[in-house]
Amino acid sequence: MKILVCITHVPDTTSKISFKDNNTSFDSAGVQYIIGPYDEYALSRAVELKEQHGGSVTVLHVGTAEAEPTIRKALAIGADDAIRVNAVASDAFFVAKQIASVAQKNGYDLILMGRESIDFNGGMVHGMVAELLQMPCITPIMKLDIEGTTAKMSKEIEGGKEYVSCDLPFVAGCQEPIAEWKIPNMRGIMSARTKPLEVIEPSAVESTLVYTTYTLPPPKGACKMIDAANAGELWQLLRNEAKVI
Amino acid sequence: MSVLVYVESNGSEIKKSSLDAVSYAAALASKISGNVTALAIGAISKDHLKDLGKYGAQVVLHAETVPESAMAIGTAVVEASKQKSAQFIVLPKSVLVDSLVGKVAVVLNAAVVSGVTELPSFDNGCKVKKAIFTGKASVQVELQSAVKIITLAKNAFPATENTGEASVENFSVSLSNLDNKITSLSKEKASGDLLLTEAPLVVSGGRGFKGPENWGVLLDLAKTIGAATGCSKPVSDMDWRPHHEHVGQTGVKVAPNLYIAVGISGAIQHLAGVNSSKCIVVINKDPEAPFFKAADYGIVGDLFEVLPKLTEAAKQLK
Repeated sequence: MKILVCITHVPDTTSKISFKDNNTSFDSAGVQYIIGPYDEYALSRAVELKEQHGGSVTVLHVGTAEAEPTIRKALAIGADDAIRVNAVASDAFFVAKQIASVAQKNGYDLILMGRESIDFNGGMVHGMVAELLQMPCITPIMKLDIEGTTAKMSKEIEGGKEYVSCDLPFVAGCQEPIAEWKIPNMRGIMSARTKPLEVIEPSAVESTLVYTTYTLPPPKGACKMIDAANAGELWQLLRNEAKVI
Repeated sequence: MSVLVYVESNGSEIKKSSLDAVSYAAALASKISGNVTALAIGAISKDHLKDLGKYGAQVVLHAETVPESAMAIGTAVVEASKQKSAQFIVLPKSVLVDSLVGKVAVVLNAAVVSGVTELPSFDNGCKVKKAIFTGKASVQVELQSAVKIITLAKNAFPATENTGEASVENFSVSLSNLDNKITSLSKEKASGDLLLTEAPLVVSGGRGFKGPENWGVLLDLAKTIGAATGCSKPVSDMDWRPHHEHVGQTGVKVAPNLYIAVGISGAIQHLAGVNSSKCIVVINKDPEAPFFKAADYGIVGDLFEVLPKLTEAAKQLK
């Protein structure tokens, strides 16, 4: 079974977010980058499926050479090889087109990624990739098992979950608790250095989205403290001052 | 100019987030001198559909027999959009919409922005604002395609109700093979509970409760004020509460009018799931808990004493 896992390279969840160049671009100074947390769930499950059923796991990233340490970490976690499409990931459709063109060329039984990136929170790439490849799209999945050529999954629905099945191939967006994150061991880290990482040039895409100005929310006012002995006062404040009830 | 808005139902009733989306579509349509068509799927009563007129829809396309699957609904949105030559498609952001919006955008060759928080501005191109970095910032995006798709962030644009009645038209959709490839085996839904993502009031509990057997005081408060219940990641990891109650970066993101966090220290990953709330109340026995920095109101105290007091006071309020 050939599995493709698409990963994002995103600021760590604890990063302080700021912008530069008159609020037209993200300021990456001092920011630690990680594999997108949802993508890492997808990768962890892909590695487990390979261990159970054999086959291979390829990681794909659309981005510049700055992401190579993140890609190497994915290899250390257990992917066999990696592909980097050498381009700035300008928007969801651009990224989806690149993924679809790699998938068309190489052919995969399963294409996994996170339910959304944690920088732009679009959650749209899997749906676009699926449509471009004329495959079903299932998201966000929380459990994934393969029997023969059929997958059984559970996916989140509002207020609960749904169990579904689908024949391979398909595209899925993943979230916890599909697998536990894997901490790379020394052997994984050593072997990641020599695993193949192919760099390819992007296919041309006409973009119809332009990101213009970034803004930060206004600073939060001080927290108003209420004495625990008179906790009931809270409701008056919420009704008359905050006007939220 | 035509605006198409997809409305989700909760079995029989239209969801609040969808009513918000209809009001948003109506406000958008008035900016561009357009009209609003709503697309509704499944068994919803004619009265509920006509009532969408109160929120600004002129026409409702009712596709009663389309199955409740993202692939099929995606096809229905595409077909409805073609029939009405829609320039704008408005979708209420939800897990279902997340799995169909990519398909709709590709088929219609449309630019799409998800999690939009304001009406578009039309000076110098069509620009919308969306939340990024899980609510820690926002960005203005210009859509340059002929057909434009917006998914509306939860609780970002409260519905306004007026008078009016929409005309309801039956709508049929021919599904492709691709739409039928996913088989639904079964569903598990928390019955009778308020939907966490839709609720205007949410009460969440953390490790401060010390165990699942102590959740009663939180449930009492939630029931009294009519709030949905959530929890922090450690709580769902330890199976004290079901996974679908997990609020945070990798769980459910909520944007209620009021979020009450009890016994939750306020890790940045939890804050990422709640920072779009209009008002945050934090109850914690540790005055140094980082959550107080993100709160509007705080109470330092033992939750097992504070919560029953709040519940009693809330009963007096009614």
